[in-house]
Amino acid sequence: MAKVLVFIDTPGPALKKSSLELLTIARSLGEPAVAFNGELHDDVAAALGEYGAQALYRPSANDLDDYLVGPKASYLAAAVQSSGATIVLAENSAEGKEIAARLGIKLGAGVITDVVAVDPDGTAHKSVLAGSYMTTARATTPVAVLTVKANSITPEPATTGTAPQAATIEVPETANAASARITARNEKTASGRPELSEARIVVAGGRGVDGDFGPLEDLADALGAAIGASRAATDAGWIGHDAQIGQTGKTVSPQLYISAGISGAIQQKAGMQTAKVIVAVNKDAESPVFEIADFGIVGDLFRVLPQATEEIKKRKADR
Amino acid sequence: MEGCCYTVEETLKIIVLVKHVPDAQFDRHLSGGDKTTDRSESILSELDEYALEAALQLIEARGGEAAGNKVIALSMGPAGAVNAVKKSLQIGATEGVHLSDDALAGSDAAATSLALAAAIRHLGADAPVDLVLTGMASTEGETSLVPAQLAERLGLPQVTFASSLELDGGKLTARRDGDSHADTVEATLPALVSVTDQINDPRYPNFKGIMAAKKKSITTLTLADIGVDPGLVGLAGSWTAVETAEARPPRTAGTIITDEGDAGIKLVEFLAAQKLL
Repeated sequence: MAKVLVFIDTPGPALKKSSLELLTIARSLGEPAVAFNGELHDDVAAALGEYGAQALYRPSANDLDDYLVGPKASYLAAAVQSSGATIVLAENSAEGKEIAARLGIKLGAGVITDVVAVDPDGTAHKSVLAGSYMTTARATTPVAVLTVKANSITPEPATTGTAPQAATIEVPETANAASARITARNEKTASGRPELSEARIVVAGGRGVDGDFGPLEDLADALGAAIGASRAATDAGWIGHDAQIGQTGKTVSPQLYISAGISGAIQQKAGMQTAKVIVAVNKDAESPVFEIADFGIVGDLFRVLPQATEEIKKRKADR
Repeated sequence: MEGCCYTVEETLKIIVLVKHVPDAQFDRHLSGGDKTTDRSESILSELDEYALEAALQLIEARGGEAAGNKVIALSMGPAGAVNAVKKSLQIGATEGVHLSDDALAGSDAAATSLALAAAIRHLGADAPVDLVLTGMASTEGETSLVPAQLAERLGLPQVTFASSLELDGGKLTARRDGDSHADTVEATLPALVSVTDQINDPRYPNFKGIMAAKKKSITTLTLADIGVDPGLVGLAGSWTAVETAEARPPRTAGTIITDEGDAGIKLVEFLAAQKLL
């Protein structure tokens, strides 16, 4: 049976949904093992057991987070060798992809990113050109490295749990040489909202919000959604660039995407057209966004969104 | 400030990776038996202009080309790729290099990084390269693997998504903005850096630049020139193979209503019907 190594970088106090998705996919491909970095909380160890991890690996070094990419790739390469894994699964974040990239060169392994499903024979399904094509791809090498997009499958625990012990993987002493080191970190204030690239619901605003994201934030909070923006809104300085969705920003694939005051030029569309359901609110009936919206409202977002927020709150209170 | 700490920096040799990509303003297609991107309507990747601008600012702060600094625009690809190099020369790159070989067609990220690494070693044979700069993404391949794989092959530290970049002697300092935090990172040169679209405002080529570019020559390199076995690149040398490609059915418009005072409530009714509440 194929051994499948799942990389979970700093799992924190509880596993993210995307990590549970990776474990679920790993079980469908073979025998799952987990290489983690950072502290292993008891709850996380228990969850890894519930999801059927047969082996756990931790790095001998505790400063991998102080460096960019390189040392984590060195650790994973050593973990792949110890575990005998032929498939490596990692998350599809920017850092996840870069770690996969360097790992691929170290192992002589083909790397496939933006994976949304994996067949039992290892064939990866991915969306390319911003979701306008679906392709299938395979690594032609003995080891395959795949980065899997969040919200690809529903996580399911294993039928029989496990209780693996963590084994330590020696990180080569040379791993930190020729790596960029993080010398200062400024935490941004947490919004309390879900992470944009993983959120089930995204509420995004563009030029039409005219500097006031308030109504979008209220609606997002009523729905448990993340806030996104078009480039016009981030370039205007109304919201941080990390909220930008589109060609030069993030690509999101949520269950529901609510677009408010965004015309929907092709660069914006590139970042959101794989959303399951698209709702658009825009004053201009000619906006291209209405060509792809499942439900479109020609109207003033400053009237429509607050009314929707009130209605959601009312329905929740009535329950 | 007499006698204090000013040290004269040596000249810089920067390689900027530039790419010709399908214009993202138009629909893009996969074509041919090898399901590669159709580049018939191609332009210099907008995101590469930020890398080129960053390179030009770094050398201008050190006396520019006259002081012996170099910005080499390097592009790999078929004949059309030379346009990205030409545009880079018009904007201000001091030299242009086009890596072109029929055997490169269909290269995946691993094969592309192998060829680029060999080209960069070749270009560094006379005087070492201090910095390899790239844009934050290619706007079309979108795998974002090549910069990291190139850094790994060259044994360089990588600093991706830099929103600021400073060099001080043999050290670089950059800022990276993440979702939950902003980091300051340091690395020693030589290094590979990818820059975001927040780092600067790229200049446009002006008449003087366009005229000057006509006098600059573009060096064409083949795999033989850089000592790469053609079997290690292209479709044959790639470590991944695309098996099928299918255009996603285009989204179609759904229900469009005009607000008559109750659109917010209708919106919530739609969400409830879709079981999204």
